[in-house]
Amino acid sequence: MNTLITLAYLVAAALFILGLKQLSSPKSARNGNFTAAAGMVIALVATIPQLHFTKAGITIIAIGVVIGSVVGTVGARLVKMTAIPQMVALFNGVGGGAAALVAVAELLKFGAHPAFTVAFPSVFSIVIGSVSFAGSMVAFAKLQELMTGTPITYPRQQLVNGLLAAAIVGFVIAVLAIASVPFSFLSLMILALVLGVAFVLPIGGADMPVVISLLNAFTGLAVAATGFTLNNFALIVAGTLVGASGSLLTKMMSDAMGRSLTNILFGAFGQVHAGAAAAAGKEGRSVRSASAEDLGTLLAYSRRVIVVPGYGLAVAQAQHAVRELADVLEKRGVEVLYAIHPVAGRMPGHMNVLLAEANVPYEQLKEMDEINDEFKNADVVLIVGANDVVNPAARSSPGSPIYGMPILNADQAKNIVFMKRSMRPGFAGIDNELMYDPKTIMFFGDAKDSLTKLVQAVKAA
Amino acid sequence: MSNELLNEVTVFVLAIFVGIEVISKVPTILHTPLMSGTNAIHGIILVGAIFIAAGASSSVTIALGLVAVMLATTNVVGGFVVTDRMLEMFKGRQQSSKTPQTK
Repeated sequence: MNTLITLAYLVAAALFILGLKQLSSPKSARNGNFTAAAGMVIALVATIPQLHFTKAGITIIAIGVVIGSVVGTVGARLVKMTAIPQMVALFNGVGGGAAALVAVAELLKFGAHPAFTVAFPSVFSIVIGSVSFAGSMVAFAKLQELMTGTPITYPRQQLVNGLLAAAIVGFVIAVLAIASVPFSFLSLMILALVLGVAFVLPIGGADMPVVISLLNAFTGLAVAATGFTLNNFALIVAGTLVGASGSLLTKMMSDAMGRSLTNILFGAFGQVHAGAAAAAGKEGRSVRSASAEDLGTLLAYSRRVIVVPGYGLAVAQAQHAVRELADVLEKRGVEVLYAIHPVAGRMPGHMNVLLAEANVPYEQLKEMDEINDEFKNADVVLIVGANDVVNPAARSSPGSPIYGMPILNADQAKNIVFMKRSMRPGFAGIDNELMYDPKTIMFFGDAKDSLTKLVQAVKAA
Repeated sequence: MSNELLNEVTVFVLAIFVGIEVISKVPTILHTPLMSGTNAIHGIILVGAIFIAAGASSSVTIALGLVAVMLATTNVVGGFVVTDRMLEMFKGRQQSSKTPQTK
């Protein structure tokens, strides 16, 4: 029986690896998700014969599985495509929370002096799992706009975080060397939860995808640690796979943004002030704006229009309106292309998904490297709800928080139409020089309303 | 170090390399679905949650077990479903891309 169970776990682990491999190529990605899910089912089925149920045990498992399945399915099915990033954060957080709770239950079982091989992975899992849980919840709140997306900083922030980390190390030593009593590991859990919050607070909303990816890797490691406590190979392999691939993915994501991970995680300190100072210096400068009719004429008599969609477009649910505008323009013989920045939207690939949902033809979606040389040949670039990804400060001002991020060369187009709700700075919280460019025309309003007005104006032109 | 622990450490180290190797060349547009997919995989903690819940007898372990199973199931189910929803969109997009290529 034991051999069978071990073999089943091995099959599950192989399916996870295969699933991950498939997930990293566009053609097989969806199958990869199914492969991994199949591995999960096998691992769960293999677990059942090993259990010795108490009466309460079987009841709470049934209740827990039903509630979890309903919440998971309903949440994942009903979430709008625009809100998927925060949903991923939420699902990641609950995983971390579960890992921490399992570790707590294990420590309770072993009394005051557990073997080091049980105690060490357990405290590791409690700390990392709790940080991941709390951090993911803050990431969720920032993306859901339950709280401000701009970095929250306060004096001596690094010192506070350092002290928190030191206190955690102190309690870890207490549990391992003195006694594993509920007071110690519950304090550990609470401190780790606070650290998770404190760690994510100073990170700006635009950097959340990278943070979620990192916390995803954290949860993976917490799960692997729990695997050591329970002597369970399925947990060790799956958790480690996620920990390792998640760490690499985090690095790849920060590379795509042209920033180092350290800069993303700790960069908010100090840099905010530089950004704020730069913004303050630009007060009182004027921008140009125009009516929908003028813009309609401009667009209708262009030969080539490049649309730069951003998160604002997603928020306003304007992906259908933008396609409608593209349709009327194309009917008049205007060539319309979409320039997709790697981090357009709030996660890599997010914008592709949103535009695909609105049936924008795939061949019109151009990635940054493909289209950056085309901007100079464009008559109009239409920026819809994007901001930081066209901010020339990324090229020209070393003090800016986004300095070094690859951007779209929207400033090279003959005319720039900047559609925005207000002059408010973008997600990174910095002013955009492009708005003051003499070639730029601002068009204020909700993206969807504005686009609908432009459609009418183009039809009339 | 016991034999079992030694085996576990071996598996752990090898899994690190496999994890890195397996996603070493993933295109940017798949970063989000891949993150979400790996997110679902660490839902395997449900196995651990079921272990502690099954043997629960005191009110503390019952509470811990119930919450752990609930959270872990949400992770697994939500993770796979939301990843599938994302990838469904990608698939549709690729089909539409084939039409013009055959012209």
